[in-house]
Amino acid sequence: MGRDFDTVVLGGGMMGAAIGYGLARLGQRCAILDEGDTAFRASRGNFALVWVQSKGLGLPAYSDWTRRSAALWPGFAAALREETGVDCGLSQPGGFTLLLSEAEAARRVDLMTRLQAQPGFNPFPWEIWDRARLRQVFPGIGPEVIGACHTPLDGHVNALRGFRALHTAFAQRGGAYRPEHPVERLEALPGGGFRIATPHGAFSAGRVVLAAGNANARLAPMLGLRAPVRPQRGQVLVTEKAAPFLTHPVVNLRQTDEGGIMIGDSAEEAGFDTGQGLGVMALMARRAARMFPDLARLNIVRAWSALRVMTPDGFPIYEESDSAPGAFLCNCHSGVTLAAAHALALAPMLAEGRLEAATLGPFTARRFDVPATA
Amino acid sequence: MSAPPPGEAAPRDAYDIVVVGAGPAGLSAAAVAAGQGASVLLLDEGMGPGGQIYRGIANPALPDRRILGADYWKGEALLRAFAASGAAYHPCAAVWHLDAARRVGFSREGRAHLVQAGQVVLATGALERPFPVAGWTLPGVLSAGAAQTLLKAQGLAATGRVVLAGCGPLLWLLASQLVAAGRPPALLLDTTPAGNWRHALPHLPGFLASPYARKGLALMARVRRAVPVIGGVTDLAIEGEARAGRVTYRRGGAAPAGLPVDHVLLHQGVTPNLNLAAAAGCALDWEPVQACFQPRTDAWGLTTRPGIWLAGDGAGIAGAEAAAARGSLAGLAAVAALGRIDAATRDRLAAAPRAALARHRRGRAFLDRLYRPAGHFRRAADAALACRCEEVTGATLREAAERLQVPGPNQMKAFLRCGMGPCQGRLCGLTVTETIAAARRLSPAEIGYYNLRSPVKPLTLGELASLPHDEADLRATGGA
Amino acid sequence: MFQRLPEARRPALPFLLDGAPAEGREGDSVAAALLALGQDACRESAVSGQPRGGYCMMGVCFDCLVVIDGIGNRQACLTPLRAGMVVETQRGRREPAR
Repeated sequence: MGRDFDTVVLGGGMMGAAIGYGLARLGQRCAILDEGDTAFRASRGNFALVWVQSKGLGLPAYSDWTRRSAALWPGFAAALREETGVDCGLSQPGGFTLLLSEAEAARRVDLMTRLQAQPGFNPFPWEIWDRARLRQVFPGIGPEVIGACHTPLDGHVNALRGFRALHTAFAQRGGAYRPEHPVERLEALPGGGFRIATPHGAFSAGRVVLAAGNANARLAPMLGLRAPVRPQRGQVLVTEKAAPFLTHPVVNLRQTDEGGIMIGDSAEEAGFDTGQGLGVMALMARRAARMFPDLARLNIVRAWSALRVMTPDGFPIYEESDSAPGAFLCNCHSGVTLAAAHALALAPMLAEGRLEAATLGPFTARRFDVPATA
Repeated sequence: MSAPPPGEAAPRDAYDIVVVGAGPAGLSAAAVAAGQGASVLLLDEGMGPGGQIYRGIANPALPDRRILGADYWKGEALLRAFAASGAAYHPCAAVWHLDAARRVGFSREGRAHLVQAGQVVLATGALERPFPVAGWTLPGVLSAGAAQTLLKAQGLAATGRVVLAGCGPLLWLLASQLVAAGRPPALLLDTTPAGNWRHALPHLPGFLASPYARKGLALMARVRRAVPVIGGVTDLAIEGEARAGRVTYRRGGAAPAGLPVDHVLLHQGVTPNLNLAAAAGCALDWEPVQACFQPRTDAWGLTTRPGIWLAGDGAGIAGAEAAAARGSLAGLAAVAALGRIDAATRDRLAAAPRAALARHRRGRAFLDRLYRPAGHFRRAADAALACRCEEVTGATLREAAERLQVPGPNQMKAFLRCGMGPCQGRLCGLTVTETIAAARRLSPAEIGYYNLRSPVKPLTLGELASLPHDEADLRATGGA
Repeated sequence: MFQRLPEARRPALPFLLDGAPAEGREGDSVAAALLALGQDACRESAVSGQPRGGYCMMGVCFDCLVVIDGIGNRQACLTPLRAGMVVETQRGRREPAR
């Protein structure tokens, strides 16, 4: 029986677009069903780091997966540029976490030490830089900056251009993007395959990938899956375009290749509320100005908040449904960092119809079924 | 004319009513509310009161009253009433924040302030509709409103080879003022679509009975005696390298024509200046005749946010005198909401402004239909920069809308950066919405508008850092 | 260019424009003073460097950005001209230190 598509991806954000592009690269007939213009979209609000430094405490496999993606990013960006002419502005010069007190430094050293001391953790280089060394990279640091934690693996991209490049490449490879198609019902068909019902009609597909962010919580149970995700609000400030000022990304502060300086590292449990908080904005501004006093004179031209997609332990979920094989659940809150892995490593697994246990086994949602206490 | 009361050295922490905008609606709202005993703070971005329509009224640049015309000087009475009311007034104050808790954030002389308002009356007025023809970003090209502002506030007139282009009452008013100033423009290119008459005609009786009819027709006759007018213009572009050097145009199927210019003054109507209301969470509606979004308000100006009122052209275009009346209504309603007057008093005091509003609304239906700009001028020409800040062309917008199936302006913004610059979509928002609507063959009402956020005007990072925070804010961030 | 009508008589205000002595009038915004001096363009855009000048004169278009007294990207149309002001063309992106 002919099906509309080999695979239908639910969600057209950074994750859905990366998976869709990856599947289209492999010659799959693929559709992305997306919500409309005002949907909650982490992809439009993210901070655009390709970040390794602090990830994986509690799940070493997450560090491996993150580093694999960071390593795939150069080829991924090059492929997108070649296909679309859009430059993602990838820069991986190494990144910093700036330290404003001895206490912050001690906490950072403790975290990095515990991270790397985990059984099964593949170590990566990191160093604490003192103030004098840091000033060679950032001459503009303020007097309160005592140093920084550095890893050579970190970087950042122009995530909005990357997002456009993914959609462009997907369309060029014949992918079908359908906005304003919120999914109402998902059914596994008796002979295999799926029926996906939207207000604008139903689609049939051999496989279905749930990459709908926080909406996965609603969609997953329709196919015997569980997505314990919740929104976590983050706020971001951006300055007017400035002449090149920051050569390297800082975890809470980066200059885009267009010139604007983005500031943001807040996390709030606020449900599905994308409101802004002046107090949070003020604190983010204050901390940025302590790190780089010259920033205080720049104009903030925009600010926003967006919702991260958070699991209980903060790590991604990749899982195939037991009861409906061919249905895959994908959730993460690092859609930019992991985009390369999603397009070039995850998509081939999805095309094969099997998640590699060695790589993605640790990311099953079953880890949340373990009782909290023995 | 006495000067308005000087601004207080520093604002207090809280006011009964904060009014934003010192045009006719804001001056009236503030005067009425202060007159009822409310503590009122009027914040305005301009150097002096009057808004755009009465720009410079407290300190007129042109003593010869004939140049700007009698309507301009009506602002004096509004200013007198305001000055006598005791409302506090801060000029040069950029309001960048308003939230549901009615906290108003603004900056003045490099310092940020946060004041708590019992009620807020927004009187943010209108701005000129974008007119994204090729070359509209070249130096030497200004909006007609800008040229009029320079005339009112500084007595500056565009001289040399000046071409006015577009449609709408303001274009003709400016032409008549330049004629009266002895600086008639070289040419007026009228882009009013010929077919508009058909839609306007049923509303002609209302117009003829309105105060606009006699004044407007006489004004147009004066302009036509002094200025060559070319009607039915369907294509328009401005050429030049470092500045505008030439304007080219076409009428229907006729051969293109052009002429060298020193200045081109563009105008195709005005639309509500809605950024602050939208960022405060007030719902917007598409107004199909005026082809713009406007915040939803009731008969008193109440928005969909409790305690936030909207008066004047910011709540839908109706002109200066209607704005003054709507300002009075919103001022009264805000005072009543505070419990300072009862509903009966409010209604009694509202009778006169309501009658004035009805009088000044008459005739608008005709004007709105007659001067509705052509669809292709509401979208950007291929070569024109639709988004002036981020330099996104009309062709780029259209290509993305079609190839990437962009559902609306917020996705377009993410893909192309349109609307991300400091103007925050004020000069591209309607263009982008209408471009997507045309590509998808949907109404702009279905496409929607940019999701606008605070701060709606720039403030420095240092100013933002000076604002207060609480314990929850500390927990949500990396600390102070 | 924009010329002052003869009846617009106001006292002169001296200021510096790109290092050279210039003159505006009381009641001028910085943007108005520049236009009266024939300076149609006051900046080079931050994206492509193309010349721009004020379009709206009412604070919404952000095309009249200039450096005033050492602070970049200020809206000239909203800034009252003051005697002795130092006004400079805004060239592209702003320098963070100024």
